[in-house]
Amino acid sequence: MKSRKWLSFPYIIWMAIFIIIPLLMVIYYGLTTKDGTFTLDNLFLIADPINRNALWLSIKLSVISTLICLVLAYPLALILNSMKLKNNSFIILIFILPMWMNFLLRTIAWQNILENTGVLNTLLKFLHLPTLELINTPAAIVFGMVYNFLPFMILPIYNVLIKISDDTINAARDLGANYFQTFLKIILPLSFPGIISGITMVFVPSLTTFVISTILGGSKVVLIGNVIEQQFKMINNWHTGSGLSLVLMVFILISMAILAKYDKEAEGKSVW
Amino acid sequence: MAGNKLIDLIDITKVYDDNTVLDGLNLYIRENEFLTLLGPSGCGKTTTLRIIGGFENPDSGKVIFDGKDITKLSPNERQLNTVFQKYALFSHMTIAENIAFGLKIKKKSKAYINDKIKYALKLVNLDGFENRTPDSLSGGQQQRIAIARAIVNEPKVLLLDEPLGALDLKLRQDMQYELIRLKNELGITFVYVTHDQEEALTMSDTIVVMNQGYIQQVGTPEKIYNEPQNAFVADFIGESNIIHATMIQDRLVNILGANFPCVDEGFGKNSPVDVVIRPEDIDLVKPEDGIIKGRVTSLIFKGVHYEMDVWANDHEWLVHSTDLFPVGSEVGISVNPFDIQIMNKPESEDEEAVIMDEE
Repeated sequence: MKSRKWLSFPYIIWMAIFIIIPLLMVIYYGLTTKDGTFTLDNLFLIADPINRNALWLSIKLSVISTLICLVLAYPLALILNSMKLKNNSFIILIFILPMWMNFLLRTIAWQNILENTGVLNTLLKFLHLPTLELINTPAAIVFGMVYNFLPFMILPIYNVLIKISDDTINAARDLGANYFQTFLKIILPLSFPGIISGITMVFVPSLTTFVISTILGGSKVVLIGNVIEQQFKMINNWHTGSGLSLVLMVFILISMAILAKYDKEAEGKSVW
Repeated sequence: MAGNKLIDLIDITKVYDDNTVLDGLNLYIRENEFLTLLGPSGCGKTTTLRIIGGFENPDSGKVIFDGKDITKLSPNERQLNTVFQKYALFSHMTIAENIAFGLKIKKKSKAYINDKIKYALKLVNLDGFENRTPDSLSGGQQQRIAIARAIVNEPKVLLLDEPLGALDLKLRQDMQYELIRLKNELGITFVYVTHDQEEALTMSDTIVVMNQGYIQQVGTPEKIYNEPQNAFVADFIGESNIIHATMIQDRLVNILGANFPCVDEGFGKNSPVDVVIRPEDIDLVKPEDGIIKGRVTSLIFKGVHYEMDVWANDHEWLVHSTDLFPVGSEVGISVNPFDIQIMNKPESEDEEAVIMDEE
C-alpha cells in the first residue's frame, strides 16, 4: 500500500491547482476590497434588494424544479425497476442519451420550442388552441432545469431500487402488507438514500445555473447565478462576485447539511 | 403425530418461457407435519414452495388450503408465512420493528405486540436483541430473527426456503435441532425446501424427493433411505451402489454373474432390474465366505468408518466398514438378503430422465 501512495500525487496536484487554489482565490476576493483590505461588505451585498430577490427566486425555482424532478423520476425509476429487463442498460441509455448532447444546444432547442412563435405555439395555433407566453418567464426556466437535470434524479433512485431484493418485498407481502403498505413501509424508506442524492444532484446545479436562465429567461428573469456572472463579466467586479458566490456556497452547504441529517435519521429508522 | 390434509396441491403445472418447471404435480401436506421438498437445483422444489406461498401463480392446477381454494390469493391474504433463504430482514428497522411488522399491519394492540416480540425472541434464544439492527447480527442470528418475524403471526404453516443454506456446517447442525424443537413447541406445519439430503433425513416427518419437475418418491426418511423407489432417489439420498441385475425368480437376483438371495417378489422371471445396496450394508468377509470375491483398491479413513473400493466381478463396489482391510487384500463380499433393494428398470421417458451418472 505504502509504495503506491505516489500514485495519488497527480490527483493531489490536480486538486490543488483546480479546486483548492480557485477556492482560496474566491475566498480572498470575496473578503477584500479593491485595494486589498479586509471587508465583509461583499457578503452583505446579498441584502441588496436586487440580489436578495435574485437569490430568493433562485431558491424558489430550484425547489420547484427539484420537486418536479422527484415527482417525475420516482415513478419512472419504479417502473424501470419493475420491468426487470435483461437489457435494462438500454433503457438507462435512452434516459441519459440527451446528456451526451451539448448542454447549450439542448437549452437553445428549448428556447426554439417555447418561443412565442416557436414550435409549441405553432402547434397550438394549428390545433386552434390559445397560445402560451412561456419564453422569458420563470416557468420556462423551470422547464429547462427539469429537462436538463431529470436524469440526475432518476439514476440514483433507480440504483437504490434495484438493490432492494425481491425477497425483501416478498417478505413484506408475506407478512400481510398489501402493495401500498409495502411501498410505504419498505420500498420508500429503503430508497431514501437515492432520493437524497437525487435531490442534491438536481438542487445544486439548479441553484447556481446562469446559462438556463440566460437562454430561457432572457434578461427578464434574473437568478443569483446571473447576478454573479454579471459581476465578473460585465461590471468586472471580482470582489462582489466572489462575495455573492461565498454566500451562495454557504446556502448550499446548509441545505446539504440538512439533507445529510435527514438521511441519517431515516437510516435505521422506520416511518411508522 | 400428523393429522388431516392441510394443503393440497392438485395437478400443478408451471412453465417459464419454454422450460416446464412443474408438470402435473400432486401433493398433499398434513397438519402438524414436517415435510421436506428435497432435490437438486432446478428440480422445482422452490417453485412448489413459492406457489404455496403465493409468490408464483401456477399455469394450471389448484392450491387448496384448509379446504379453500387459495390459488388466486396474493401472499398477504394467505395464512402462512415464509422464511427466506437470505433472511430478507428489513435493514431500515430494528429487530423489534422487524418482528412487529406483520402484527402492526394487522393492527394489533401495542401491549400484544410487545408481548409477542418478547415471546418470539425468547423462543429463538435471542432475548434482549430488540433494539439491535439486522446488520449487527451474524447470519445464524439473522435467520432466527427471520423465523421469529414469521411465527409471531401464528401461521398454520411455516414455509422455509433453504433457510440454512448460507450458514456454516456447525451452525447448520445446531439450527437443525433448533428447528425441530421450534416445530414441536409451536405445533404447526413446516414445509421445508433443501438440496441437502442429510438435513432432510434429520428433520423431516415426510420427505418428498423431486427431480426435473416430478415427484420421485414420498415417504418417511427411513423409507426413502432404505427403500428407494428408483435409481435417482437411491443416488440422491446417501451413497449407494446401483447395479444392473437380473431377477432370476422371486427372492433370487443375479448381480454381475453371481446369485444373491433377496426378499423381493413379483418382478417376474429373468427380468432386468436395478439393485441398490448401501455401502454400509456390504459385509466384507474372508474370500471363501463371500458370495463373490474381490480385491480392495482404495482405502480412506472417514472417522466413524473406513471407506473402501472393492473391485469384484468387473465392478467397483463402494463399502463402508469399521473393519480395516488393507489395499490389495483379497476379500469376500456378502450382503444380507433384506439389504438388497430391487427396483424396476425405468420404462417411460420421464423416468429415464432421472437416472444420474450410473457406473
